[in-house]
Amino acid sequence: MDAPRPTKMAATDVRLDYFNERIGQTLHVLDGIDMTVTEGELVSIVGPSGCGKSTFLAAVDGLIRVDGGEIKVSGQTVTKPGPDRAMVFQNDSLFPWRTVLQNVMYGLELQQKMPKSAMIDRARGLVELVGLKGFADHYPHELSGGMRQRVNIARALAPDPDLLLLDEPFAALDAQTREFMQAELLKILERTRKTALFITHQIDEAIFLSNRVAVFSARPAKIKEMVTIDLPAARNLTIKHQPRFRDLQEHIWRLIEEESARSGLMATN
Amino acid sequence: MTSVPADTSIAKPVANPRAKSVWRKRENFILGAVAVACFMIFWEASVALGWAKALFVSSPSRIVKALVAMIADGSIWNHLAVSGMEFGIGYTLAVIVGIPLGILMGWYRRLNAVLDPFVSALYATPRIALVPLIIIWFGVDLASKIAIIFLSTVFPILVSTITGVRTIDRDFIKVARSFGASDRQLFMTVALPSSVPMLLTGLRLGLGHALIGIVVGEMIGAQAGIGYMMSLAGATFQTDKVMVGLVIIAGSGMLLTEVLRMIERRYESWRVDTRH
Repeated sequence: MDAPRPTKMAATDVRLDYFNERIGQTLHVLDGIDMTVTEGELVSIVGPSGCGKSTFLAAVDGLIRVDGGEIKVSGQTVTKPGPDRAMVFQNDSLFPWRTVLQNVMYGLELQQKMPKSAMIDRARGLVELVGLKGFADHYPHELSGGMRQRVNIARALAPDPDLLLLDEPFAALDAQTREFMQAELLKILERTRKTALFITHQIDEAIFLSNRVAVFSARPAKIKEMVTIDLPAARNLTIKHQPRFRDLQEHIWRLIEEESARSGLMATN
Repeated sequence: MTSVPADTSIAKPVANPRAKSVWRKRENFILGAVAVACFMIFWEASVALGWAKALFVSSPSRIVKALVAMIADGSIWNHLAVSGMEFGIGYTLAVIVGIPLGILMGWYRRLNAVLDPFVSALYATPRIALVPLIIIWFGVDLASKIAIIFLSTVFPILVSTITGVRTIDRDFIKVARSFGASDRQLFMTVALPSSVPMLLTGLRLGLGHALIGIVVGEMIGAQAGIGYMMSLAGATFQTDKVMVGLVIIAGSGMLLTEVLRMIERRYESWRVDTRH
């Protein structure tokens, strides 16, 4: 390509300790994470269970304060949640008392930056974008798991964030739906031209979706390796059968396995 | 690939693959109705055959006769109106006080800490134990009945509302915070709506307590009302009339509970099937 694309997210030497109430101990979770995500990129984070992937994502969202270092999104230092970032949570956590449309409108309602009719128009557009035309007035309990995650994505997209944060969004879905949703997510991101940071424990999911995959070490987490996914940009599900895909999968698997072994965890994923 | 979701079929309500027979659809209802009918026949028969004395146990036909007589001479309407008014005012006051106070206590930890000892003590006390005090304070007129019904009803409503506001799903709080919700917005958009199911449960529980309040209040001292009518009839061995009162109390209790259950059921989907 021509001019280098601007940096959307930059994490510099991010350190974070977290007091775990259940075990009554302060854990050293992040041990100097350096990472940049350029505009339009999708970067995935994988790593052994409990390594601090989700904590890092919550810190980027501004839900948790960092104890050292800095996270910048679009040049602004993150101190609290803001409309430039939006999170897609693992559990769909849609509000059961709101219809699909009302759920998608949630972020816009909080901001109160546009008239109600504009909110409805925007939300309707997003409901269509994620392929749920005709379901705008349904309640979440009337939808399947895959459909609820579509709503979850639409809800995050509504305030038009610069950076989309996805925390294992497809973990609760069955294998078939998950694969389908991966392809759908790529389409949605392409259409909306969003930058995304994606957490998963599925290595094939990370490779399939990403431009780069950050492999976190066991806690306290550092980036063990940033793997560039040198697969063609136009992805479809057949790519998963290519030898290069398998190689990458094996490479990342080794890295995670090493870390799991080092920390005494069994590699479960 | 099309953009139509692969999994839409799951969302549509599936029509019954084969129509069930009346029996299979309404089995519980039919069994219940038959059981009640059998009981009525047995009751009527035991009195008719002289196994039991009508003076003590009355009988379905005598209850109906007594009810018809009370409707005919018009005496029942005054009792119903008085009890209905007591219930209406007492229950409404309990709702007006219980729900806002419950919301405040659920939301503000400190307020809850201050008021909790009082609420817990009063909630644990059988409300009947307060009746002598209430009569000292309010006399034996309408005010004391309303006070008894209010006190019976307000605590179940209060405690359920507190629980509803306190037990907000943490995931919902995270979502709201992530979207930048202020404390006020968190309260309005998450705490309040998510407490609705518990709040309705409180209203339903309060209903039962309110009916107890009516009967207890009127039996202790009153000039009219269903409970008064029952205790007067009981004292003069008019078993049929006592039974009429019982039927009215039981019937209105079931009716009102069913109405609230229907409202609750509309919100039931919030509780089930939202978490996996």
